[in-house]
Amino acid sequence: MNGVINMSRRDFIKTGAILGGGLVLGISLHPIGSDSEAGVKPGAFAPNAFIRIGTDDSVTIIVNKSEMGQGVYTSLPMLVAEELEADWSRIRVEPAPVDHAYDHTQWGPIQGTGGSSSVRSEWDRLSKAGAAARMMLIDAAAATWKVNADRCIAQKGAVIGPAGQRLSFGQLAEKAAALQPPKEVVLKKASRPDFLGKPVRRLDTPDKVNGKAVFGIDSKAPEILAAVVARPPVFGGKMKTFDADKAKKMRGVKAVLPVATGVAVIADDFWSADQGREALKIVWDEGTLASLETQKQLSDYAEMAKKPGNAAMKKGDAEASLKNAAKTINAEYAVPYLAHATMETLNCLIDLRADSCELWVPTQFQTLDRNAAAKIVGLKPEQVKLNTTYLGGGFGRKANPHNDFVSEAAYVAKAARDAGIQRPIKVIWTREDDTRGGYYRPLWYDNVSAGLDKEGRLVAWHHTIVGQSIIAGTPFEKALAKNGIDETSVEGAADTPYAIPNILVELHSPKLGVPVQWWRSVGHSHTAFVVESFIDEVANAARRDPYDLRADLLKEHPRNLGVLKLAADKAGWGKPLPAGRRLGIAVHESFGSYVAQVAEVSVDSKGRVKVHKVVCAVDCGKIVNPDTIIAQMESGIVFGLTAALYGEITLKQGRVEQSNFHDYPMLRINEMPVVEVYIVDSKDAPGGIGEPGVPPIAPAVCNAIFAATGKRIRSLPIRADLLKA
Amino acid sequence: MISLEVNGRKYEVDAAADEPLLWVIREKIGLTGTKYGCGVAQCGACTVHIDGQPERSCQIPAKDAQGKKITTIEGIAESDPVKKAWIEDDVPQCGYCHPGQIMSAVALIKKIPAPTDEDIDRAMTGNICRCGTYQRIRRAIHRASALKADEVMDKGGKS
Repeated sequence: MNGVINMSRRDFIKTGAILGGGLVLGISLHPIGSDSEAGVKPGAFAPNAFIRIGTDDSVTIIVNKSEMGQGVYTSLPMLVAEELEADWSRIRVEPAPVDHAYDHTQWGPIQGTGGSSSVRSEWDRLSKAGAAARMMLIDAAAATWKVNADRCIAQKGAVIGPAGQRLSFGQLAEKAAALQPPKEVVLKKASRPDFLGKPVRRLDTPDKVNGKAVFGIDSKAPEILAAVVARPPVFGGKMKTFDADKAKKMRGVKAVLPVATGVAVIADDFWSADQGREALKIVWDEGTLASLETQKQLSDYAEMAKKPGNAAMKKGDAEASLKNAAKTINAEYAVPYLAHATMETLNCLIDLRADSCELWVPTQFQTLDRNAAAKIVGLKPEQVKLNTTYLGGGFGRKANPHNDFVSEAAYVAKAARDAGIQRPIKVIWTREDDTRGGYYRPLWYDNVSAGLDKEGRLVAWHHTIVGQSIIAGTPFEKALAKNGIDETSVEGAADTPYAIPNILVELHSPKLGVPVQWWRSVGHSHTAFVVESFIDEVANAARRDPYDLRADLLKEHPRNLGVLKLAADKAGWGKPLPAGRRLGIAVHESFGSYVAQVAEVSVDSKGRVKVHKVVCAVDCGKIVNPDTIIAQMESGIVFGLTAALYGEITLKQGRVEQSNFHDYPMLRINEMPVVEVYIVDSKDAPGGIGEPGVPPIAPAVCNAIFAATGKRIRSLPIRADLLKA
Repeated sequence: MISLEVNGRKYEVDAAADEPLLWVIREKIGLTGTKYGCGVAQCGACTVHIDGQPERSCQIPAKDAQGKKITTIEGIAESDPVKKAWIEDDVPQCGYCHPGQIMSAVALIKKIPAPTDEDIDRAMTGNICRCGTYQRIRRAIHRASALKADEVMDKGGKS
């Protein structure tokens, strides 16, 4: 703590105690007052870990979530500003250091961003943080004017007294810092919000437009070196021997060093490191996965999907009901491994010294990454400082539960230090490294059956899922596995809202060495495709309109039904369309939010699919920034559509076949559908928004393709040759 | 040593003969607004202007850019209609690709002051946005075009 404990810090702890709600204060509070970034400048008012008010009226919000495009550097400050009654034009944002004060409120003692949880999990804490600060500023003004505090109000960055007196937050900062925090925090009346629910421009846009935003890969340090790592061509492979004679003689190359993940080439700059890597000769022990073939894996999975697995959901007797059904249908679905393909490739800048270490890294998992690095370099976690930069996309990849890219940087730095190089080193992954680096969305295979009774009612549903567990072997295994079921494998399937009397959902979780990870919307990216496509198959078998059937089966779920109806109405479901175009619909709940999408699609004679328009309805409960909700729906639709049209990572002889955007393509502007987003006015608890836009789009598009062609897509990505006229 | 002129300033840098302009700009000149995304001219994140033309800086050896005027995102005025429109429409999400998007859009508006949607598709298809901000990019380009037309009108009125 460097001995710096001032009045503000003591206030901070007391305020924290009354904030409650998972806020663990008093434990290793970051040395506020000693750290140049999160520190308290003289005269400033820092009532808690999240707010710092300067005598110059600046209001700094310390944000504990990673900004990766989802808008947390704006939405979280809005939560604070609403209660603080701040002047929005004076708000600025600083990334939080790693400290238990910034732990996730629902994940235990770690700081992290994911699961579309930022607004949901911080709503209470940040609202109370803002309210407590506001009350203290009002108390400071009331004491100055010798009036009762309840006769003063806070408004746009100032406190106004009963006679119209006015003192700005900056003028009150020093006085407020000396006050006791309120024993009970009183929140504003929610009925008259100043910010919440209104479109607010993002605070990070100007820097991003002017090229000033610093992403991890942009981090600088004096005397910096660059490094790339040659990794095994097959997952689980190991370096046997290497010949670096040529590489070491190359321009700029400083060292070639074996590390846990392969062979690192350290050089003056990226280009020299990359050229040095090209010149390496490495003999690999390819390990047991050298024979892995995606085609074989699919046929193995197909066999597994026919056998009983672990029951994830059992209601009634689906098997008996299927036997007695008047009509049964059965289908097999498959979706491939997918890479996250963040525009900013993985990277980590590390500066390792004798008894300290500093990291600059685009991460979603601050605490776990820092602790992993500390362990590798032989330091205590508190000796390692981690700086969170902007993330050039995350989508789950930069929340690696095995800390892969940060650990690797630590290995490189340690090897370099042992070799006498004590300079900051930035490990950069090329696009090829990133695409082939694993931690993919798992490949899934599904076998689904449905039974209809004589009246055509859906009476039985039997869904068997096969795919690797994401959480197996991670710190999250205990929390997310129940009775041998990885919840992320069956979310969106085991909890289907459709009113079906007999349901059986089973799971096989084969172990395989291909590294897997959460990919934007996690299990829902796969289960929504299967469930929402197969429900369409049921509608077709029952000769029902796909919208009507869903609406019938969702009567007990008003929020699912609400978005379904809204999307169908806005899209003109059942009304005439331009020639050759058809609509498909899908509805899915994920991360506490409900989303329905209607896709307007045409298919040409060569089988090429064009998505003209997507109408999206979302119910995410209470709203922070509607413009961010719209942006995230647009974003999720593009993300899911990219996967549906193109996304596929395949392995041949254990080697990933794709490498860069030419063979792992992204949707481009000329393929962008018109997207309309409608937000349900809701007073329900806030839901997530970063991920729920993804799951419905693939089934909505495939259901439209079926309407247009009569051909059912059961395997992604969509292949034109299956749709040729 | 290689001599480069970037955003009107002259730099002498030590670079390998085949070192791409992208990495020289980022690491040796220190202007990190220009981004690495693919290294093979597939994504457009590294787009800069060379003598006014949009080019993929990952494909140009730095030595070949000698004697030419290089402009990066940092060299585009904050008052440029494209930048203003990008802020007005709150286009970026993660923001990583947008320096490249903006460089392509600035070049487009210069060439075609009032681009159609087809013009936009042609000029912008080389720029990938993984966050999927394409609808806003299109909107912002149309807005930038209108802003620029207003500027021209204003200037015309004064002269």
